[in-house]
Amino acid sequence: MAHAKEHDYHIIEPSVWPFLGAVGGFIMLLGAVLFFNDYGPWIMMIGMVLIAYVMIAWWGDVIKEAQTGDHTPTVRIGLRYGFILFVMSEIMFFAAWFWNFFKHALYPMEEGSGGVWPPVGIETFDPWHLPLINTLILLLSGAAATWAHHAIAHENNRKDLIQGLFWAIVLGVAFTGFQAYEYSHAAFSYSGNIYGATFFMATGFHGAHVIIGTAFLLVCLFRAMKGHFTPEAHIGFETAAWYWHFVDVVWLFLFAAVYIWGG
Amino acid sequence: MTDATAHEVHDKNPAISFFVRWFMSTNHKDIGILYIVTAALVGFVSILFTVYMRMELYEPGVQYMCLEGTRIIAGAVEDCTPNGHLWNVLITGHGVLMMFFVVIPALFGGFGNYFMPLMIGAPDMAFPRLNNLSYWLFVAGSCLAITSVFVPGGNGLSGTGVGWVLYAPLSTKEAGFSTDLAIFAVHVSGASSILGAVNMITTFLNMRAPGMTLHKVPLFAWSIFVTGWLILLALPVLAGAITMLLTDRNFGTTFFDASGGGDPILYQHLLWFFGHPEVYILIVPGFGIISQVISTFSKKPIFGYLPMVYAMVAIGALGFIVWAHHMYTVGMSLTQQTYFMLATMVIAVPTGIKIFSWIATMWGGSIEFKTPMLWAFGFLFLFTLGGVTGIILSQASLSRVYHDTYYVVAHFHYVMSLGAVFCIFAGVYYWIGKMSGRQYPEWAGKVHFWAMFIGSNLTFFPQHFLGRQGMPRRYIDYPEAFAFWNKVSSLGAFLAFASFVFFIGVIAYTLLAGKRVEKPAYWGDHSETLEWTLPNPPPAHTFEILPTQDMWDKSPKH
Repeated sequence: MAHAKEHDYHIIEPSVWPFLGAVGGFIMLLGAVLFFNDYGPWIMMIGMVLIAYVMIAWWGDVIKEAQTGDHTPTVRIGLRYGFILFVMSEIMFFAAWFWNFFKHALYPMEEGSGGVWPPVGIETFDPWHLPLINTLILLLSGAAATWAHHAIAHENNRKDLIQGLFWAIVLGVAFTGFQAYEYSHAAFSYSGNIYGATFFMATGFHGAHVIIGTAFLLVCLFRAMKGHFTPEAHIGFETAAWYWHFVDVVWLFLFAAVYIWGG
Repeated sequence: MTDATAHEVHDKNPAISFFVRWFMSTNHKDIGILYIVTAALVGFVSILFTVYMRMELYEPGVQYMCLEGTRIIAGAVEDCTPNGHLWNVLITGHGVLMMFFVVIPALFGGFGNYFMPLMIGAPDMAFPRLNNLSYWLFVAGSCLAITSVFVPGGNGLSGTGVGWVLYAPLSTKEAGFSTDLAIFAVHVSGASSILGAVNMITTFLNMRAPGMTLHKVPLFAWSIFVTGWLILLALPVLAGAITMLLTDRNFGTTFFDASGGGDPILYQHLLWFFGHPEVYILIVPGFGIISQVISTFSKKPIFGYLPMVYAMVAIGALGFIVWAHHMYTVGMSLTQQTYFMLATMVIAVPTGIKIFSWIATMWGGSIEFKTPMLWAFGFLFLFTLGGVTGIILSQASLSRVYHDTYYVVAHFHYVMSLGAVFCIFAGVYYWIGKMSGRQYPEWAGKVHFWAMFIGSNLTFFPQHFLGRQGMPRRYIDYPEAFAFWNKVSSLGAFLAFASFVFFIGVIAYTLLAGKRVEKPAYWGDHSETLEWTLPNPPPAHTFEILPTQDMWDKSPKH
């Protein structure tokens, strides 16, 4: 800033990351379309690498700004609002998948499904085996994240913060591993039938969110080990925890609706 | 303001290069200008599509879009094999561009970015870098959309011709990969809008000037806030729906394919659950602009401020529960049709509150018909007309007859083309002096308005007649019986296009040689919002010292 600032907001210097990120997005999606049409994955991968680079650089800048005091209490309120709004848009994204699921589960088509759900000839997973275990794993992971949050927010206890985060991550990775194992033993395929399409898209997008959330928590773990968080200022971790709980709750709905009721 | 001070104000940071200012911007005003300019460029492409279509519809028979080669000058019908695919590509391109890449970026991204923070006295947006990402994703999406026109598509020709609604199964069966690019273009545009919405809502909630409680925020800022919520909650559903299209097209899923147990009607529900809020996303920021303009040029505060705010909120909320009135012909039960019909008609109530409050604002006011006011006046008349045909179309029994006829085309162009686009022009003429420091020639603005007003009415009013006579939409050709009104409509379109070209000239003249405006509140003291306390153009960084309440709160002290 060239001149004195007389308010609590965060005025940001020009940055090249948004522009590069959008260029990466264009390359990735153009490449994805070429990939779908058998021109090879390379252009798409160039785009993905560029996006990954931008994410690391951009969020690295954000962390630096946080550490140098740009995130005043007012700015932190704004960051919280922003993140909650982002999660709300994510909820509406999942609304599309649940809409698709409930439509087909409540009103199965005669043709192709035989008028029943699960459709004729589909063998579904038993919800009370691996899916139940996975539910407990994810809930336990959420509990560990909350433990970590209490440790930093109320006790300024960095050791418990790190431990809580560690277990939340380990359990998150276990969830993803079990989910992959389950996928590999599915008796239905992704293509050609509405059950597989619905199941894999809904749980698959959830799985992608679990992986993103795990990465988010992992970054928080590194930051916790470097001593970035204080009882007053730990927005990065707080939003990661919110995200993790959001992922948790979506899973509970998936478990109840797709696995138990619709299984 | 003299040249010297203008210079000083603009070059506080003389080291800033062109690339840094326009490609790396974190400044809401620069990003707003980028949005408006880019939306105008994409709009021009989209308008060119329509001019070519109206040329084709000027007379029965296909004279321009031939498989033997597209023509610029009409040729003999006998030498021409109609290229229906090209026609479909043009209607698809026009719809996709206008819906996602012109009106949202101009109103929400452009004016919203530039003026919402100013009106609430914020020094910038809450997330300035994210703001720039929204802009560049919009550019990336536009590039994908325009690329899609030139790559292999259906019927062995280039471009996708499935219509902007991308209905399955047409969109899942269209050959080539043009449709995939169009889908990704819409994804990227959606991401851009969602990030913009997060930013706008946060700015509105967290960065209002001291003392500016929610019930004191100017109506334009309110309109951006309401629009932000619509974008935030509606666009992700579209993202889900078109992701299903994408996997149906490329990975063999059967979401919308009945042979695998899927249901194409589900796509329509998902699309319109987004699509109906979308039309309010397009028009609500326009409501905000019209409120500011009418108040300024009637020299009165807006009539019924609070009802105006909550009418926008109500329109936004109701917009989420009426979607299936776009789908009366798909075979819904009578109960469902009745519900959607009644819910749709309820929207006329808050809309009526707005229209009558605007009229009441003018009532007894000292009205000055400067160009922005002309556009606002035109908007009031034409949006009301489009609203009246909307009430007619909300009736399931009538809508089934009018479905996919030119009556519907006329209806939505009255509310969109003559509604939203008139709002954009009102905003441009209202604020260009503020944004550029130079004023347009008043006579030129008026010529533009009247040419556009006459041209667009000539274009769209006869389409009501064509629709009532049963002419279906989305066709390259028509029988002799529809010839007269189609010719009138085409002539109107040419006049409207000429007015747009004239507008580009007006803007170029204004920016290069327009008269400088010195007075901050150049429309007079009845424009009370905070942007009128700033120099023309405002310095790069504004409100570094937050505004005090007396600068904006002109309500009588109790």
